[in-house]
Amino acid sequence: MQMNRRRFILGTTVVGGGLLIGYASSGPSKHRQANSDAGDRPFLTTWLRISPDNTVTVLVPHSEMGQGILTSLPMMAADELDADWNLVRVEQAPATDLFANGVLIKGFAESMGVSIPGFLDGLASAATMKVAEIMNMQITGGSSSVRFTGEHGMRVAGAAAREMLLKAAAARLDVPESELSTQLSFVHHRASGRSLSYGELASDAARFEPSAKPTLKTPSQFTLMGKPIPRVDIPAKVDGSAQYGIDAHLPGMLYAAVKTSPVFGNRLQSVGNTEAVLQRRGIKRVVELDDAVAVVADNYWRAKQALALLDARFETTANDEVNSRSIYAQYETALQGEVEEDVVEGDAPAALASATDIIEATYRVPYLAHAAMEPMNCTVHFHDGRCDVWTGTQDNLGIRGRVAKVAGLDENAVTLHASYLGGGFGRRLPTGTNTIDQATQIASHFEVPVKTLWSREDDMQQDYYRPAVTSKFRAAFDKAGKLTAWENHYIGKNEPAEAAHTPYSIPNKHIAYAVSDTHVPFGAWRSVAHSQHTFFLESFVDELAHRSGQNPYQFRLGMLADKPRHAAVLRAAAEKAGWERNLPVGHAQGIALQESFGSIVAQVAEVSINPDGSVRVHRVTCAIDCGRAINPDTVASQAESGVIFGLTAAMHGEITIANGRVEQGNFPDYEMIRMRDTPAIDIVTVESGEALGGLGEPATPPVAAAVANAVYILTGQRVRELPLKNYRFTAAPVERAV
Amino acid sequence: MARFRVNGEEQELDIEPDMPLLWALRDELGLTGTKFGCGVAACGACTVQVNGNPVRSCVTPVSAVEGTNITTIEGLAAAAEQTLTPVQQAWIEHQVPQCGYCQSGMIMAVSALLANNPTPSDDEIDGAITNVCRCGTYPRIRQAIRSLGTTA
Repeated sequence: MQMNRRRFILGTTVVGGGLLIGYASSGPSKHRQANSDAGDRPFLTTWLRISPDNTVTVLVPHSEMGQGILTSLPMMAADELDADWNLVRVEQAPATDLFANGVLIKGFAESMGVSIPGFLDGLASAATMKVAEIMNMQITGGSSSVRFTGEHGMRVAGAAAREMLLKAAAARLDVPESELSTQLSFVHHRASGRSLSYGELASDAARFEPSAKPTLKTPSQFTLMGKPIPRVDIPAKVDGSAQYGIDAHLPGMLYAAVKTSPVFGNRLQSVGNTEAVLQRRGIKRVVELDDAVAVVADNYWRAKQALALLDARFETTANDEVNSRSIYAQYETALQGEVEEDVVEGDAPAALASATDIIEATYRVPYLAHAAMEPMNCTVHFHDGRCDVWTGTQDNLGIRGRVAKVAGLDENAVTLHASYLGGGFGRRLPTGTNTIDQATQIASHFEVPVKTLWSREDDMQQDYYRPAVTSKFRAAFDKAGKLTAWENHYIGKNEPAEAAHTPYSIPNKHIAYAVSDTHVPFGAWRSVAHSQHTFFLESFVDELAHRSGQNPYQFRLGMLADKPRHAAVLRAAAEKAGWERNLPVGHAQGIALQESFGSIVAQVAEVSINPDGSVRVHRVTCAIDCGRAINPDTVASQAESGVIFGLTAAMHGEITIANGRVEQGNFPDYEMIRMRDTPAIDIVTVESGEALGGLGEPATPPVAAAVANAVYILTGQRVRELPLKNYRFTAAPVERAV
Repeated sequence: MARFRVNGEEQELDIEPDMPLLWALRDELGLTGTKFGCGVAACGACTVQVNGNPVRSCVTPVSAVEGTNITTIEGLAAAAEQTLTPVQQAWIEHQVPQCGYCQSGMIMAVSALLANNPTPSDDEIDGAITNVCRCGTYPRIRQAIRSLGTTA
């Protein structure tokens, strides 16, 4: 272990009685108060509060964006605690230093061998934020909440609290601890028939020193984990009462509409027609920012109408000349030049030089926007030397720090009111701060709350984009038809670092990348680099299978002898899908496999070609090994969601650049999968019992390749660029060797 | 003056006739259950019912709903004199929402569909429910609708 860490538990009595347990991963080991001392800060990741009324409150330090985290994490704590789920209450942890998510940092550090998660590289290197501030965060991303915070924080806190309650009961009843058992928020002494509720014991329990390494349950002892528990956030999401950032509605509040330079980073030059705009009903002010201009009014629509009347001029820079074609040309040039080595095994250049059969292909995918359903927004209220912030974010603490920085306030003078997120997908990570910065700057002119709201067009054209990538392959077969060499040179290495590493056993590999930056802002997009590379890798492997006359499924399986989990997942998908058996005429299946964020996913897509030449996806079978399912229904819903998210990208997703700016602006030209296009989705979970894997992202990467591989069988045309909407196929079935 | 009823309550608003109903509901009346998604009637997040018909409120000027009865997600159950409507209950039963942002519009659109056609075919569902859900809850929406159809 490289890092010098201390894990500890804080236990204390709270006002009015009860027990408060906090789990932390660094800081003062002896302090039993929940306060943060400067210089040696505890990073509490878990709070449990056991109240005299026998309720247990679990404070969750992650954001709920539909992944069910407000349910899964409390389930893990409550299970170890042997709490009655009906008596469990869930609260969002406040955005204060005390809840900075050290366990998450630790989890990333351990799994990646680095001290700062790579998807925060942009943040870490940004001059506006210090590395110290990186550690002070509550990130929800990297499919990490359950496998890090849950496994290492929630379960430990629950188990430690249970041990303290047992000690308190043993003392109260004057019996040995070994004669006691716990069930449904009570401690029982079977021999005497006496029982005490956790609530009755909580204050006594607080007097015992909590164990930092309590005994955790084995899976056979679980009472909640592994069960499909209904999500606690759903009732508020069917009656309109769920509060999203955009729903902040405060007395006297004003609304800001913003026009930002369409060419990223170009500065505002001049604003005309301001006087006329200020005459309009409800208009309060025109605010000029570095690269944007805002109109503030008493109603968003009035602000937006007036904004359109302003004559905003932005500077012109070399970036105005950039377009998608020039970016791809730049990539080609970069790949002709020096490349950085990523994976080198054996001697791929030599194997290629001596090979008799070489296959080459160039793949590429475009930029993508996140298109979260809730457009970006942030409400800021400056008052009394402080400010209050309402926004949905994947990092409450980070955004609090960001607002403080922009406002020139101490972090403790900023209160962040956490809310539900109308979609995250990476869009609401702290790297996407432009809305937050604008909202803070605009509101600083007022003493009433100001809600800065981006239109869908703003959201789509001022995103932090999944980057466009070009990826070139060469592979060689020997005379016996065995794959001997794999060469893959691609643009831009992003997180996760292993995204371009094919799992298959191939003797000689040369994987390398070229850096080729553009002015288009980079953002983490659900599954990050896996979203591009799984399409490349699994499409090219499919090409190799067909070239060598082998069945694509068997070909993959044959290269997974040393990866039994991958092989089992691939088999599970193929079996559930009835691989190439009893398919309707005109239908074909494609298969793809990838491990990401600790989970292994294989998908089989059943596809046909519509009479107009477009692609129809009938069914996607998704097998997933995430170690163990904490909430099986959430596993299924996240897998369904991941498939549809990946399918939207495969079928429709394309952000193009012209004259330095994004051409698409709204759903008509950046289309989404809708009800009519949704395939049947079958989920198969493979319970390997291995370490927990993530769920928010791993189902997204494979589907594009699975669909494209089926399209090849139907048409003989290899799809090397996405999206599929740009093709009109003619059915010309491939002669199958197997 | 714009005059209409919202969830059974008379409203008289001194607003421009061309203000979209969405912003009248959200910013003027504080009814934030109806969501802004695209502003061009392309996603359905802003769907409300006007005299029982599904309407995308982001492109509907208040002048077009003068004198009508408007139901939003906040008033859906009360209008049916229930705590939750069968559609809302089915949404919980089938654990439909994820981020939940589009679900107000989904539920309003589905409720209007089922009021006219209690057992829609898959094609009828596809034709009527064109709302966008970025989380991809469509399979569960379909299951929830079907469960209502079979019990109707």
